[in-house]
Amino acid sequence: MTNAGKAPILSLKNVSKVFAGYRAMDDVSLDVYPGQVLCLLGDNGAGKSTLIKVLSGFHEPTTGTIAVNGKTTVFKSPKDASNEGIATVHQFGGTFPLMSIGRSFFVGAEPTKGWGPFKRFDKKYANETAVREMRQLGITRITDGERLIGSLSGGERQASAIARAVHFGANVLILDEPTAALGVKEATHVLRIIMQAKLKGIAVILVTHNVSHALTVGDHFAVLIRGQKADDFAKGERTRDQITDLMAGGEAMAELEAELSTLTGSVTKIN
Amino acid sequence: MSAKTTAEKAQAKPSFTGLSNLARRPEFGALIGAVAVFTFFSIAGGGPFTDAGGWASWLNVASEVGIIALLVALVMIAGDLDLSVGSTLAASSMTMAIISGFFGLPTWVGVLAALAFGVLIGWVNGYLVTKTNLPSFVVTLATMFIVMGATLGTTRLVVGSTSVTMTADPVAQFLFGNLIFGLFETAVVWWLIVAALVSWILYKTKYGNWIYAIGGDVISARATGIPVNKVRIALFMGSGLGAALVGVIQTAIYNGAQVAAGQSFVFNSIIAVVVGGVLLTGGYGSTIGVILGTITFGIVNQGIYYTGWDADWAALILGLLLLAAVLTNNTFRRLALSGGKKEKKND
Repeated sequence: MTNAGKAPILSLKNVSKVFAGYRAMDDVSLDVYPGQVLCLLGDNGAGKSTLIKVLSGFHEPTTGTIAVNGKTTVFKSPKDASNEGIATVHQFGGTFPLMSIGRSFFVGAEPTKGWGPFKRFDKKYANETAVREMRQLGITRITDGERLIGSLSGGERQASAIARAVHFGANVLILDEPTAALGVKEATHVLRIIMQAKLKGIAVILVTHNVSHALTVGDHFAVLIRGQKADDFAKGERTRDQITDLMAGGEAMAELEAELSTLTGSVTKIN
Repeated sequence: MSAKTTAEKAQAKPSFTGLSNLARRPEFGALIGAVAVFTFFSIAGGGPFTDAGGWASWLNVASEVGIIALLVALVMIAGDLDLSVGSTLAASSMTMAIISGFFGLPTWVGVLAALAFGVLIGWVNGYLVTKTNLPSFVVTLATMFIVMGATLGTTRLVVGSTSVTMTADPVAQFLFGNLIFGLFETAVVWWLIVAALVSWILYKTKYGNWIYAIGGDVISARATGIPVNKVRIALFMGSGLGAALVGVIQTAIYNGAQVAAGQSFVFNSIIAVVVGGVLLTGGYGSTIGVILGTITFGIVNQGIYYTGWDADWAALILGLLLLAAVLTNNTFRRLALSGGKKEKKND
């Protein structure tokens, strides 16, 4: 492994999460390294969402531990996770469609000017900072921080959310299906932004269905099947076909293929 | 498309200017509405509507609704509803009249008790809504009836009738029940004060940003560390305080309180807020819009008396106006979301 000498920024040890008797996550161990992209692959219901929610403090693990920079930590709330520099960006990015870019950028961390009773929201600073941070990620079309988030394209919304996380000093950036709802061009832009975040030394956890996107930016891959970690490998250790097979649940696909061939077989017979 | 041409395009077409900029603001529909009804009733009502007396008649109505509407607007921008304001108004009004009228305690004791009672009902609303996670519509509908019944029952038990008279001391009378120039209620001044405070909170403090965020997406708002439940409870306490303030004003003006007062304020405040461009599901709206919506309401409510027509038609006009407002506000919101020239998809 290439990570032999490095220390993981975030590591899960034998983490399980049980919901009312159902094991959504079963004994998963995972290391996340700064400046690397970890791709989390898996079918719907494989436990990716649960894993993300455990990492971002929405759920506490039933058993197992999470360590940040080698120190065992318990996230009681999303606030705890974000205090440790773990930021999560969801599929639709900026989630306040009817707020301005500047305002939504600083939700929960509003910049103020003045003092005492005259302390007030610094709109100019908020708008300028938001636009500048997005520009640094290559979004040049946006020049006005007063524009509503809802007027941005899907990729721009992702960019605004990622820019926000980067601005507030995220060490670990969790991206949940960032390219799923995007066109080809927009998706490549988001992948480019992921690479920029990685180059800044941020650990990126990319959740995706798209093997091509994963292979383009990923340094490390983990495949989840039915709550368990089915495979865990570094870039170049598996071929695209092997990964696709794993994600599609290999055996299940083989069974289906066999079934289909008997079907077509019988159809041929009728003909 | 290369980065260069994108930048050139952005420079060549500043998308937010002048009229198109105005049309994208939440209060644009309300501005059109207010100007339209004012013009209409100025023509239909003539001189008496446009002179000082005419202005006073609709401003007085608008100011009482407006105080409540501004605070209800904050609740609605945060994604909740408050149907209990009417009962709260009556209960606070009655609290003041019983304490300072029936029991003869100083007026200021009655005023403070009335305001505190309004805040308490608001806190109960907020506490129940945040603890039970039930829709605020249902919770405040329940408290509306509970408070209404409790006010009626208690008043009958204590006073033995459904109305209580009181005379406020001169200072309280001047502050809450005076007529400026013999025409304008002091409620107009209170409305301006509340408008300034609410605008400050909404636009100039972090709490304003939180209110928009909670109404926009409560889960994301919570994830950023906003104390969502505390903010929602505080907003309900605000609308309770607003209702109580109008209760105090009415007690001072009418020299007493009636248990049945205030129920019209429930829907009137919501009409003013929605006509003013606040999104019913939360996350969008402006104080200027709510003020314009309230003015529209006041003009229709009073203007009808100047036309010589039967006042029954006022409700019909208000209903149509509400429908038109929701439809046009939807259009303007879509315009705001389109954000100028659309980029072609997959270019």
